[in-house]
Amino acid sequence: MPNQKKYWKSEVELNEESTLVDKLSQKEFVQKLPEDLLGSTELPESDTSRRDFLKYMGFSTAAATLAACEGPVNTSIPYVVQPEQIIPGIANYYATTIVDGFDTASVLIKTREGRPIKVENNTDAPVNNIANARVHASVLSLYDSMRVQGPTQAGVDVSWETLEASVQGQLAQLADENSPVALITPSLASPTTSQIVRDFQAKFPNVTHYAYDAISETAALNAFERAYGKRALPSYDFSKSTCIVSIGADFLGDWQGGGFESGYAKTRVPKGKKGKAKMSKHYQFEANMTLSGANADYRIPTSAVEQQFVLAAIYGALTNQSYPTALTAELKKKVTAIVAELKSAGTGAVVVTGLQNEDAQRAALAINKVLGSSVIDVQHNTQLRLGDASVMTQLVNDLNAGKIGGVIMAGVNPAYTLPNATAFVSGLKKAKLSVAFSMKNDETAIHSQWVAATPHYLESWGDVEMKTGHFALTQPTIRPLFNTKQFQDVLLSLTGSTQSYDDAIKAYWSSNILSGASFSEALHDGYFVTSQIDKLRYNDNVDALVQRLARAKAKSGLELHLYTKTGIGDGQQANNPWLQEFPDPITRVTWDNYLTVSKADAEVLGLKNINQSDGALDGSIAEISLNGTTVKAPVLIQPGQAKGTVGLALGYGKTAGMKSEMQVGTNAYPLYQNFSPVQTVMVVAADGMHEFACTQLQNTLMGRGEIVRETTLEIFNTKDAKYWNPMTQVSRDHEEIDVTSKEADMWQAFDRSIGHHFNLSIDLNACTGCGACVIACHAENNVPVVGKREIRKSRDMHWLRIDRYYSSEETFEADLEKVDNISGLGESLSTFGKMEDPSANPQVTFQPVMCQHCNHAPCETVCPVAASSHGRQGQNHMAYNRCVGTRYCANNCPYKVRRFNWFLYNKNDEFDYHMNDDLGRMVLNPDVVVRSRGVMEKCSLCIQMTQKTILDAKLEGREIKDGEFQTACSNACGTGALAFGDINDKESEVKHLKEDERMYHLLESVGTEPNVIYQVKVRNT
Amino acid sequence: MHKDSFLAHLPLLILSFCFSFVVAAQEPDVQKGKALFNANCAACHKLNKRAVGPALAGVSAKYDKEWLYSWIKNSTAMVKSGDAQAVAIYEEYNGSVMTSFPQLLNEDIDNILAYTDYTPPATAAAAQPVAAVPQTESSLSNDLILGVLVLVLAALVVMLFLVTKTLKQIAAANGIEVVIEEKPKRTPLWKAYAQNPFLVFVTVVFLLLSSAYVGYSYLMQVGIDQGYMPIQPIHYSHKIHAGANQIECKYCHSSARVSKHSGIPSLNVCMNCHMNIAEYNGEEDLEKGYTKEFYTNEIKKLYKAVGWDENTQSYTGETQPVKWVRIHNLPDFVYFNHAQHVSVAGVDCQKCHGPVEEMEIMYQHASLTMGWCINCHRETNVNIKDNAYYTKIHEELSKKYGVEKLTAAQMGGLECGKCHY
Repeated sequence: MPNQKKYWKSEVELNEESTLVDKLSQKEFVQKLPEDLLGSTELPESDTSRRDFLKYMGFSTAAATLAACEGPVNTSIPYVVQPEQIIPGIANYYATTIVDGFDTASVLIKTREGRPIKVENNTDAPVNNIANARVHASVLSLYDSMRVQGPTQAGVDVSWETLEASVQGQLAQLADENSPVALITPSLASPTTSQIVRDFQAKFPNVTHYAYDAISETAALNAFERAYGKRALPSYDFSKSTCIVSIGADFLGDWQGGGFESGYAKTRVPKGKKGKAKMSKHYQFEANMTLSGANADYRIPTSAVEQQFVLAAIYGALTNQSYPTALTAELKKKVTAIVAELKSAGTGAVVVTGLQNEDAQRAALAINKVLGSSVIDVQHNTQLRLGDASVMTQLVNDLNAGKIGGVIMAGVNPAYTLPNATAFVSGLKKAKLSVAFSMKNDETAIHSQWVAATPHYLESWGDVEMKTGHFALTQPTIRPLFNTKQFQDVLLSLTGSTQSYDDAIKAYWSSNILSGASFSEALHDGYFVTSQIDKLRYNDNVDALVQRLARAKAKSGLELHLYTKTGIGDGQQANNPWLQEFPDPITRVTWDNYLTVSKADAEVLGLKNINQSDGALDGSIAEISLNGTTVKAPVLIQPGQAKGTVGLALGYGKTAGMKSEMQVGTNAYPLYQNFSPVQTVMVVAADGMHEFACTQLQNTLMGRGEIVRETTLEIFNTKDAKYWNPMTQVSRDHEEIDVTSKEADMWQAFDRSIGHHFNLSIDLNACTGCGACVIACHAENNVPVVGKREIRKSRDMHWLRIDRYYSSEETFEADLEKVDNISGLGESLSTFGKMEDPSANPQVTFQPVMCQHCNHAPCETVCPVAASSHGRQGQNHMAYNRCVGTRYCANNCPYKVRRFNWFLYNKNDEFDYHMNDDLGRMVLNPDVVVRSRGVMEKCSLCIQMTQKTILDAKLEGREIKDGEFQTACSNACGTGALAFGDINDKESEVKHLKEDERMYHLLESVGTEPNVIYQVKVRNT
Repeated sequence: MHKDSFLAHLPLLILSFCFSFVVAAQEPDVQKGKALFNANCAACHKLNKRAVGPALAGVSAKYDKEWLYSWIKNSTAMVKSGDAQAVAIYEEYNGSVMTSFPQLLNEDIDNILAYTDYTPPATAAAAQPVAAVPQTESSLSNDLILGVLVLVLAALVVMLFLVTKTLKQIAAANGIEVVIEEKPKRTPLWKAYAQNPFLVFVTVVFLLLSSAYVGYSYLMQVGIDQGYMPIQPIHYSHKIHAGANQIECKYCHSSARVSKHSGIPSLNVCMNCHMNIAEYNGEEDLEKGYTKEFYTNEIKKLYKAVGWDENTQSYTGETQPVKWVRIHNLPDFVYFNHAQHVSVAGVDCQKCHGPVEEMEIMYQHASLTMGWCINCHRETNVNIKDNAYYTKIHEELSKKYGVEKLTAAQMGGLECGKCHY
């Protein structure tokens, strides 16, 4: 057999003595019936007998039945004057752009009856057209009940006129006194806003504009400015790459604004003739286990200091210079091999780095220049990140020195995101004027004199220059829900202009950007491209600074790598329950941030992870101290974490303007000192254990093998498909036959050759695990949020999960043999040392799993009420109204994809998330029913979407073309990993994928004949 | 002289007599005028009330006849020429132009003016109470007859009682002992019944069965609101709109053609017609109180909701959206699409909604149960005419099932997931 790797999901599986794995694999629902149904953990002593209980229950049931007999009176209120574009029941789509200072994407907004309900990718847009998980979830933030509903002064509601008049007066006074005023915004890259700010500064010359990014890219910006003479960041097109070397750059995450995964994935699927198929090669040097590292062909865990050495060594080898570094012999060998790869890769080679170190960034630019990389594009550069850390540090000092007269902040939350937030707050109070333009009463707003309520981006106008010559427009998709005003509108009126912001955009675009093209068309498309291009020339010499890199020295203590999580990012949307409940792709932990520690370090520090018998995870609590700042965080032992390093996510621990349920995690910003994500810290174990809500060890696939299939490019090219993708065999009359052959099939098969037959193909090569599909599924299907407590009890409701499997080169049994064969103390020490290897640097595979829509579905046969039934189009139907909640189907499902509604998750104060308030319920998709308590639910293969496509075609009297059928997940997937379609259409993409030799079914041996197919993962090793 | 002149004038007199006869024959015809008014003027003018244009009753008194001729034939020209009266009226109505009627002859205009000047004789008004009298009388007489009958019966009972009493007294007086014979003691009926196990068994079975039947039928109708006829905030009569005026259903419920919802029409759709129709002039149903005033009053409610000022013939901007009571309530877990049934399948609205054109008050005609849906899907053929979507699938499926025309059920219309998601 080609692939004898053993896959594992958690440390505990490596421990052969643990009975836990067995125990969990026996049980799908690990918990007994809850005893704390209504919050009280113990049943009080009571005189109520069982008989009494039954009596009461009988009476109340009868009473409830009688009460339910009377139907409610529903009223319908039609429009008085119906807008022309709105037809009840039909969705409208608007192209717009999200720019919130952290995420930038061109998106389409689906609105129903005037309510935005879903974010979709605007695939027509040439750049940043893929929405990540946070952007998909941003529609829910529009309906956040904690939003500020109007302007306030010291917490008292005021009118906009009062606010504008007073602020204008104060500004004029400050201008007379020549007292400086700081205007702080995120990097907006908005041409019109820049113009408005310039006009504002012309009227009030004492105003200075600060661009402030919560997560700074200062080093990269400085390096680019030094090398090319413009303060910007280059753009990268990874679809041109053949060899990628990333040194600490999580470019599939949030590195330099993110958005690179779709280009990357294009090169990661082997393409070309059989035997000569090619794909790019990806090396990743990093400390934390990131998405990029998880997708790399080779991942080399290294500390930040080692990464600097690697950079120096690569530069030296490419330019034939020698920079002696303290690299280990093993790493040196690897670097030599990588350099050879880079040299042979031609212009498809690229080296990127995420080190927040100007020297390192300049070295990377120099290396790409030497390589002649076509992946990096300096002429189309982006100004989506412009913040300068040193200027912000100076500003806080000035504030405290009383030098700043006024502060106007828009879309930033420095009182939370600054490392020295307390100093900022005390300085802010010294300013005579402080105005916070904010959607929330956040940390900054509560310390400001004026809070100017701003609209959500879906209620706003705006424009942005994505990169040189690529412009995009933001337009409102709903009338503002509250009494809000955009920051630009207020600036305009403070300047004395009568223009509104949208008029200003139109005017600016007409005279500066459109050069005669139609504004309405640009607004309709959401983007506009000009032929504008920069002509920057490289002018830098890095030899001396590479010398510095090579001589870098590690400090004593652990190296802390601060990072942003796929779900929460910089923390702007921390009050978004979808994102809080989103399982991190790597750790599968929800509702928390944590200190990721390598197994070796954890042992030294005495930090533990304990898996409870019900599958829940507990972790020790660690105290992290840095220059007198101490932060406590729970510990998660992370396979693949570089030894001597620890990781901690920013964006958590927010408290102001948040529902109490969402106030989770630890604020790591105080450790983000000097805006450097790498810090040397002391870590000690603290008392107590933390309870995680982790989906990691839950729903194990019961040890049934062949779930993830994987091979190497070499074997893929040279061997027959039967070798690396063998069909499972079963024995019939002592003869091995394919499990899919007719003789092995006991089922009476339906004829599915007529009409549509839907299949969903999942390419393990293209899936980066980004999780956009998970959130899109939530939004489309009204999947409820259940909260941390329920997740911990394995009651997560995600219809679509992305399983993450770690693997090591050899089997775990081989490890055991090794232990048995140890002789002598010396050997035992060295062997045990090596034994740590599998978890020290595992390989990672992501596998999205949803209902497999089996043609021979085990769930359907066990349902006593026929609530689960099969459709001719290949979908496994679930009639919620028929379900009585026996959960037989979930027990009989080999894929563990069915989800049970343990409680009523809407209009229930016990679950105070978006479905508990009128505002939050506005996000619900009216085409999908909201399930009630006691009902089983699961992925429907978005039957409401396939039906809509069919019904539209019937209405228009036409056939359906390939590509029209979509599901929420396949629509959201930016990497092309998910492809959906009709296999009875011989020309469809999914039909070709079904016949591809990489195709396999999950648990083929069970004989379920799923309609979800997978493509074998090929690694370029 | 006189005589002479008389004689001399005789022929002239005769002539003038004849002429006047002719003139009398050409006297403006009120009936013709009414027809012309309804055909040409009623869209914008009312007799006694201002509409788009001014009220026309007594208009001939206000303006010179010749002026009226030329105004009606070409008002624009008159405004342009600067005629003072024309400009005044043009400005009073905010510059709205009156349609020109060059095709009308002067006689036609005379007829119209005769109609606008015509005052109906007052006698007609008296008819109403008169008509109402016999009705009350007849119901009164019915009651009376019943009352009398009851009295007669009561009297008979009393009389019989008195007769027996008297007879008994007579018998007593005559010394006749009325001996009531002691009958042999028989087991009382109920005891006999109770002692017969078979009868008891049959009765118990009967009672159980009937109570089960009653219970089942009761429970099965829970949540089924067939015949649900709520009182709406505005008395909207489908009978008048769809029945008498033959307005196509989808004129108002336009989204039924394209969307899953048939939609309650927005008020601007009502105003397409009701901008001109401010009062009801159709048939009345006096028994139920649906008089002209009643209906006109309902139109006023519409004006109030939509913010229409009749006097100025303009919108005030003050609206009060109408809270209609929803009649057809499908549960959330059912997906139903009007467009598929109306536009694709070509099903008549009446098939599910019943004889809407006869409904004074709208009610739920069908039970809207799942069985009702499914029955129809089993019986109805798929409408494949001119629909390219069905070409291939219908051909293949009909071959498979060996039928010429497929039913909706055979097309997959019975699958759970088609309606429940």
